[in-house]
Amino acid sequence: MSAVIENHHDDHHHGPAKGITRWLYTTNHKDIGTLYLWFSFAMFLIGGAMAMVIRAELFQPGMQIVEPEFYNQMITLHGLIMIFGGVMPAFVGLANWLVPMMIGAPDMALPRMNNLSFWILPFAFFVLLSSLFMEGGAPNFGWTFYAPLSTTYAPPSVTFFIFSVHIMGASSIMGSINVVVTIMNMRAPGITLMKMPLFVWSWLITAYLLIAVMPVLAGAVTMMLMDIHFGTSFFNAAGGGDPVLFQHIFWFFGHPEVYIMILPAFGIVSHIIETFSRKQLFGYSSMVWAMLSIAILSFVVWAHHMFTVGMPLAAEIFFMWATMLIAVPTGVKVFNWVATMFRGSITFETPMLFAVSFVVLFTIGGLSGLMLAIVPADFQYHDTYFVVAHFHYVLVPGAIFSIMAAVYYWIPKWCGNMYDERLGKLHFWLSFIGVNVTFFPQHFIGLAGMPRRYPDYALQFADWNMVSSVGAFLFGFSQLLFLFIVIKTVMGGKKATSKVWEGAKGLEWTVASPAPYHTFSTPPKVD
Amino acid sequence: MNKGAKKTLIKLIVAVPLMFAFGFALVPLYDVFCEVTGLNGKVFQSEHSDELVVEDGRQISLQFISTNNENMPWTFEPSDQVMDIQTGKYHTATFYVKNTTDKTMTAQAVPSVAPSNAAEHLKKLECFCFEQQELKPGEEALLPVKLLVSNELPSNIKNIILSYTIFDITEYNDDEKLAHHQMDME
Repeated sequence: MSAVIENHHDDHHHGPAKGITRWLYTTNHKDIGTLYLWFSFAMFLIGGAMAMVIRAELFQPGMQIVEPEFYNQMITLHGLIMIFGGVMPAFVGLANWLVPMMIGAPDMALPRMNNLSFWILPFAFFVLLSSLFMEGGAPNFGWTFYAPLSTTYAPPSVTFFIFSVHIMGASSIMGSINVVVTIMNMRAPGITLMKMPLFVWSWLITAYLLIAVMPVLAGAVTMMLMDIHFGTSFFNAAGGGDPVLFQHIFWFFGHPEVYIMILPAFGIVSHIIETFSRKQLFGYSSMVWAMLSIAILSFVVWAHHMFTVGMPLAAEIFFMWATMLIAVPTGVKVFNWVATMFRGSITFETPMLFAVSFVVLFTIGGLSGLMLAIVPADFQYHDTYFVVAHFHYVLVPGAIFSIMAAVYYWIPKWCGNMYDERLGKLHFWLSFIGVNVTFFPQHFIGLAGMPRRYPDYALQFADWNMVSSVGAFLFGFSQLLFLFIVIKTVMGGKKATSKVWEGAKGLEWTVASPAPYHTFSTPPKVD
Repeated sequence: MNKGAKKTLIKLIVAVPLMFAFGFALVPLYDVFCEVTGLNGKVFQSEHSDELVVEDGRQISLQFISTNNENMPWTFEPSDQVMDIQTGKYHTATFYVKNTTDKTMTAQAVPSVAPSNAAEHLKKLECFCFEQQELKPGEEALLPVKLLVSNELPSNIKNIILSYTIFDITEYNDDEKLAHHQMDME
């Protein structure tokens, strides 16, 4: 830090370099944040296009548009791209932009590693997407890639899939190491841990989760690689291995991964609700403790994804109760947001609309998760569209709505222009209606027994599937409006003040809009 | 970078390979966990005959199931579907196999016991599942399993199912790793 405080009284201002090399060589946290956000937007549109293929096929019963083999590739790539290419890089991008500004740091702690962790990502997804054009097609075993589907019966492209997961893992691990080192060591004097903005807290916890579980995922795919190419039998029963072991290792990663995709959303929504309610957050420390307990519990509930593998009763009861326990800290958070809004002078600008609908719709997704935690009920719901409805409710109007809320909330700070409020509201209502029309009927067809991951279905599911597809097209195409709004805001618009929002709190609102290329070269004073 | 940051960085960088290793450590941990708790119906140990007390127990029925893993063309079936046995006494059951193909093949049978809490009480002294079977074209064999169900079997269990799945491992045959894994299973 001392190196930074030594006065560099150069007269000229260090602006960004010009041309493409600015983006290739940049070590600036704002540039890298921008790169991450645009990358995740591109992946969101690609993964979304795949979702459109899926819903088009399911519009009517019978095989309509694609071959079943291609359908399987679509569901696999849709899941992988949305999780590893859409949601996670978007949150990393937000962390890059916001964490240093929120804690009064000049940049991330490891700027060169920051550059590397972004620039290996496009290669990972190039490798993954190129498998679509390989002999035997892209991975077709679902995003959970259960062995032996992903080992003995996998298409040859599975090796490319494994390497792309390795690269994604390396990128996430480097990104999270960077976040932890930054938060732990570069806070401006006076910002103690319990004074950190909640988004920073949420990312600190998320980063620890990532460092703990991404290596386990890397281990799982490495074992697959060895089973496929080097004759080991980790998951091969003929050689003394066990396919159920794969599921244990995968979900040991997979369940914390679920919270990796929602904790930063909790942070974002807390900021936005506080701002537009023009009140203090109801309970700051309870929010922090709730996030910590959710993170710790996430390590002891993984087997609730596997209730039907033939577990003994004692294990099923343990994982059922441990899972239900998570509803307690989650409830603390939801009531906290509601109590923050209570008697506030609320205005409903676009970010607030997304944040409030996050609270409502995420709670719906949380409650259907609670239903799935009930062991005897899960035997009925397992691998049906009820599960699909559940996790899309927590991921789309959960994680993705929070990302959209964050973009509307902070974009005036990023590019200095206000977005078009009328278009923003239109985008919100189209998305809100689209999401619910898409996913709410999936609860019904799931409870009625429609299994997931099939390109065809029995006739009694036809009506709700058609409704769901119509909703999906509405939601999908309204995201092009989002793209338009973002581009329009970047190009121009009403100039933003530095505070932007009347009720905004935090260091990022003390710098000019757009935020200068270098901020807080000298740490700010915080009481 | 200041000292504190370097310290944090080193700790985190050490954590990554540790967690990677932990992923692999889950493999033996899983086996140990199954063995200690008797979960998963895995049959792990066969003990020497003199260690077991042979005495009269109660009557239970032992049922046999044979399954061919996909693409395994051999005939594989138990000689008796059900045996009435005494706990605490040795019994020998046999399985009939025949290589129905025109090439020499190697097979490996993998056992499983249901209900899973009976697994720890089922002791195998000899079992064809402890070794690989190589059969010439058209060759047939009777494969024995010598076993004992201990008297400590919970009294609510009156019926045990011993299931074998037979796998074609001709391709893996000369793989050393595989042999190691089988040792672990025994």
